[in-house]
Amino acid sequence: MISRIKTFLRLTHASKITRRYFVTNGFDGALTMLGLNMAFYYKQLVDIHVALGACFGTAVALMMSGFSSAYISETAERRKDLHDLEQAMIQNMEESDHGYAARWVPYLIALVNGLSPFLISLLIISPLWLSTIGIDLPLSPIETTLLLSFLMIFFLGLYSSRISDQFWLWAGIRALIVAIITSGIIWLAR
Amino acid sequence: MERVKRLVLDVLKPHNPNPLEFARALVSLCVGYEVRLVVDEMDENTESIILEISAHDIDYELIAEKIKEMGGSIHSIDEVEVVNTSKDEEE
Repeated sequence: MISRIKTFLRLTHASKITRRYFVTNGFDGALTMLGLNMAFYYKQLVDIHVALGACFGTAVALMMSGFSSAYISETAERRKDLHDLEQAMIQNMEESDHGYAARWVPYLIALVNGLSPFLISLLIISPLWLSTIGIDLPLSPIETTLLLSFLMIFFLGLYSSRISDQFWLWAGIRALIVAIITSGIIWLAR
Repeated sequence: MERVKRLVLDVLKPHNPNPLEFARALVSLCVGYEVRLVVDEMDENTESIILEISAHDIDYELIAEKIKEMGGSIHSIDEVEVVNTSKDEEE
C-alpha cells in the first residue's frame, strides 16, 4: 500500500505539490487565526466562547475550502494529463498506475490542502479551548493565541527554507514580517 | 515440458517510470530474471524500448501484466527462445 502511494506520488510529482500546499494553506490558516484574534484583542472581546466558536468555524471553513478547491483543480489537471498520455499511448490507461494515480492523487493533495490550515488553526486556538475548560495560562488566552500564531508563522517560514535551501533564520523572519504587516493593517483599521 | 528462456519485446511506454525503474520493476517479479532494456526512440510523452528478458522459466503473462500496470503496451514479441525439457531434468 505504502509502495503504491509512493509510486503514485513519483508518477505525478505530487510530493512537491503537497509540500507547497502544506506551506501555503498552513500559512493561510495561521494568518487567518492571527487576524481574527488580533481583531478580538483590539476590540477587547471578553467572551472566550464566542472567540473560540468564531475561530473554530473559520478553521472548518478553511479546511473545506482547501479540500474542495484542491480536489476540483487537481482532478481537472490529472484528468487532462491522463488524457494526453492516453492520446500518446493510443490506449486506455485507467487500469494502469497512471490511471490509479489520476484518481487517487487529487484526494491526497486535497487532504493535505484541507488539513494543514485546519490542524494549524486548532493548534493556534488551543489556548482559547484550554481557557474554556478552566485551565489558567500565564498570559490571557487571546494573547497566548496571538503568540502561538506568530510562532506557527515563523515555523512555517523555517519549513519553507528547508524546501528552498534558503538561510533558515531569514525565511522565518520574512514570514514574521508578513504577520507583523498584517497585524499593523488590522491595528490601523481597528 | 516447454520453458521460455528468453524473450525480446518491443514496448511503448510513458517517460514515467524511467527505464531504470521500469527494468527494476520487471526484475523484481521473480528471482533469476535478467532484463536488458534499450531505449529505441523517444518523443514528447512516450518512448519505445526493446526489452530482453532471460530466465530459467519466463512467465509471459506476469511480465505483460506488470508492463500494463506501469502504463506500457507490448507492440510485438520480436524474439522467443523456448526449450523442451523432460520432467526428470526439471526435477
